[in-house]
Amino acid sequence: MSETLAFTRTPSVAETPTHYCPGCQHGVAHRMVAEYLDAENLAEKTIMVTSIGCSVFLYNYLRFDSVEAPHGRAPATATGVKRVSPDKVVFTYQGDGDLASIGMAEIMHAANRGERITVVFVNNTVYGMTGGQMAPTTLVGQKTTTSPAGRCASTEGAPFRMAEIVAGLGGVAFSARVALNNVKHLAQARKAIRRAFEVQLAGQGMGFVELLATCPTNWKMTPVQANEHIEAAIIPTFPLGVFKDIAKNAGAC
Amino acid sequence: MSADGRIFVKGNEAVSMGAIDAGLKGYFGYPITPQNEIPEYMSLHLPKAGGAFVQAESEMAAINMVLGAAATGARAMTSSSSPGVSLMQESFSYMATSETPCVVVNMMRGGPGLGDINTSQGDYYQATRGGGHGDYRTPVLAPSTCQEAYDLTREAFDIAFRFRTPVMILGDAILGQMKEPITRGVPRPADPAESADWGLSGAKGREQRIFRSLFLAEGVLTAVNQRLRAKFEAMASLARCETFMTEDAELVVVSFGSIARIVKSSIRKLRARGLKVGLLRPITLFPFPAEAVAAVARQGKRLLTIEHNMGQMVDDVRLAVCGIADSAFHGTLSGTIPTPDEYEAAIEAALTGGSK
Repeated sequence: MSETLAFTRTPSVAETPTHYCPGCQHGVAHRMVAEYLDAENLAEKTIMVTSIGCSVFLYNYLRFDSVEAPHGRAPATATGVKRVSPDKVVFTYQGDGDLASIGMAEIMHAANRGERITVVFVNNTVYGMTGGQMAPTTLVGQKTTTSPAGRCASTEGAPFRMAEIVAGLGGVAFSARVALNNVKHLAQARKAIRRAFEVQLAGQGMGFVELLATCPTNWKMTPVQANEHIEAAIIPTFPLGVFKDIAKNAGAC
Repeated sequence: MSADGRIFVKGNEAVSMGAIDAGLKGYFGYPITPQNEIPEYMSLHLPKAGGAFVQAESEMAAINMVLGAAATGARAMTSSSSPGVSLMQESFSYMATSETPCVVVNMMRGGPGLGDINTSQGDYYQATRGGGHGDYRTPVLAPSTCQEAYDLTREAFDIAFRFRTPVMILGDAILGQMKEPITRGVPRPADPAESADWGLSGAKGREQRIFRSLFLAEGVLTAVNQRLRAKFEAMASLARCETFMTEDAELVVVSFGSIARIVKSSIRKLRARGLKVGLLRPITLFPFPAEAVAAVARQGKRLLTIEHNMGQMVDDVRLAVCGIADSAFHGTLSGTIPTPDEYEAAIEAALTGGSK
C-alpha cells in the first residue's frame, strides 16, 4: 500500500517532536500560524512572544526569533518589541490561563492601546500544563481538579468571552473566534489568522484570534470525543464568529 | 543654562538625560512618587530623540515591555520607587537568567509596605541580593549627586550591555527631588554592534534566537547557572568607591547615596573641630567595594556604617572586614529625615566611645 502525503511541513515548523498529548490541538495552531507567515514570506521578520503554560516550549517547535514572557505578560513584552521594532511582525501565543486570568490587565491595555501586534489565543477551558485546574474560560458546570463539583457561576463567575470583550476595545482592528475541531472550522481559522496578521501589517491595530482547542487529557476524553465536545458543549458557550473587522484602509484610534 | 554650560536640574531629570544621551530607545514606566519626573521627562523628550515612550498599565507591564524591547538589542529602561520595584522583581529574575540587558532606576521611598514618599535606603538588601526569586545578582550603582546620577545612568547602559544583565540605579527621594547644576555630556547613539550577536531581529539567514529562562532537560540549568556564576564573579571588576578625608582618619564612616552627602557635611563639621574622621562611599553596591573597606580596616582605622535603614549594608561592611575588624552602626529609620547634626553626634560618639 502506498502512502500519500496530504501536505508537507512548512519550513518554520521545526522537525522536533512536540511534547503535546495525543489529540491536543496546539500543534495544529502552531502549524497554521507558521504556514501563514511562510506563505507571506514573513518568517524572517517575525518575533514571537511565548507565554507560560503548555505552549511554553513553542520556540522549540516554531523557528522564529523568540522571547519568553513571564506568565500573563506577553502582550506587554510584545508591546516593548514592537515599539522599538515597528518594522517587525510580532505575535503572542497565549493560553486561557495566561491571557484571561493572570494576564488580563496586559491583554486589555495592549488591545486598548491598539498595539500593532497579533494575539493568538488558544482556549481549551483548562490549565493544561499544571494538570487541569479551573481556568477563566472553564464552562459553567465543567468539572476540573479545582472545581470538583463543576464550575459554579454564582461563586466562580461565568467564563470570560475574550474575543467579544477584546472586540469592544478601541485599539482592536480584528477579533474573531474560531475552532480547530473539523475541516470547515480549520478553513475559517486559517482565514481568521490571516486577518489577525493583516491588520497588524497594515498598521490598523491589534489582531486577535481565539482558537477553541481540545485538551483530551484534562477533559478525560479520547481525541474524537474531545472534538465532539467542542461542537456540543464549548461552541454553545463560545460562539464562533468575527466580532470586529475594521474596513481596510481604516485605522484604530 | 549657565555661562559654563551647566544646567540646573533635579536628580530624576539628570537620570533621564543620562539615559537619553546613552542612546535610550525605549522607556516604559508607571507613575509612583518620588520618581515621576522621569516618565514625565521621557514622555516629552524621548520621542524627540527617536525613542519610544509608553506609560504602562502597571509596573509588571512596564518591566515586561522593557524585556521585549531589550530582547531586540535596544537600550531600554524603566524607573520606579520601592513598592513598584517590588512588583518588577519576577522579571528581573527572568532577565538576569535570559541575559537581557536593561537599566532599572529605583528612587527609594520610605517603607516597608506603602511606607511614605520620603527618602529611605530600605531597599539595599533587595537591590544587592538580586531581589527576585532564584540565585542571581545584578550590578547596582548608587549615585550621590545629580551629576553622578547623570554619569552613572549613562555608564549603567554600557555595563548592562557589557555583561548582558539588568543594572540598577539605586537612588532615593532626596536624590530624585533635589536640584543641582550638572554638565551634560555629548549624546552618543548606541552602537548597533553591541547587540548584533544576540538581539532579536527576525531569523534571517541564521538560526532563531531565543530569550528563555526555562531549562528542564537534565543538566542544562546547572550549565546555565555555572555560566551565570562566572559572570557574577567577573562583575567584581566593577567595584568602586569614593574616599573623603580618610588618609589620617581614626574613624572612617561607610555610607552610600544621598545619605553619604549628609555624612560628608557632618565630617566637615567634625574636622573643623579637629576630629580625625573620614568617609568611604561605595559607588557600586553590587559588587561591594570590599577590598577598599578591608584596606581601611587593615590600617587600624575604626569603622562606622551609617544608613537610612535598620542596618543592611553594614552586613557587607562586616563581611569585608571579617577577621580584621568590626563596624559600628548608626541607622535612621524610614519616616525620619536625617540631619547633619544627628550624624555629627553619632560619629563623635563612635569615635570617642571607642566602639569597635
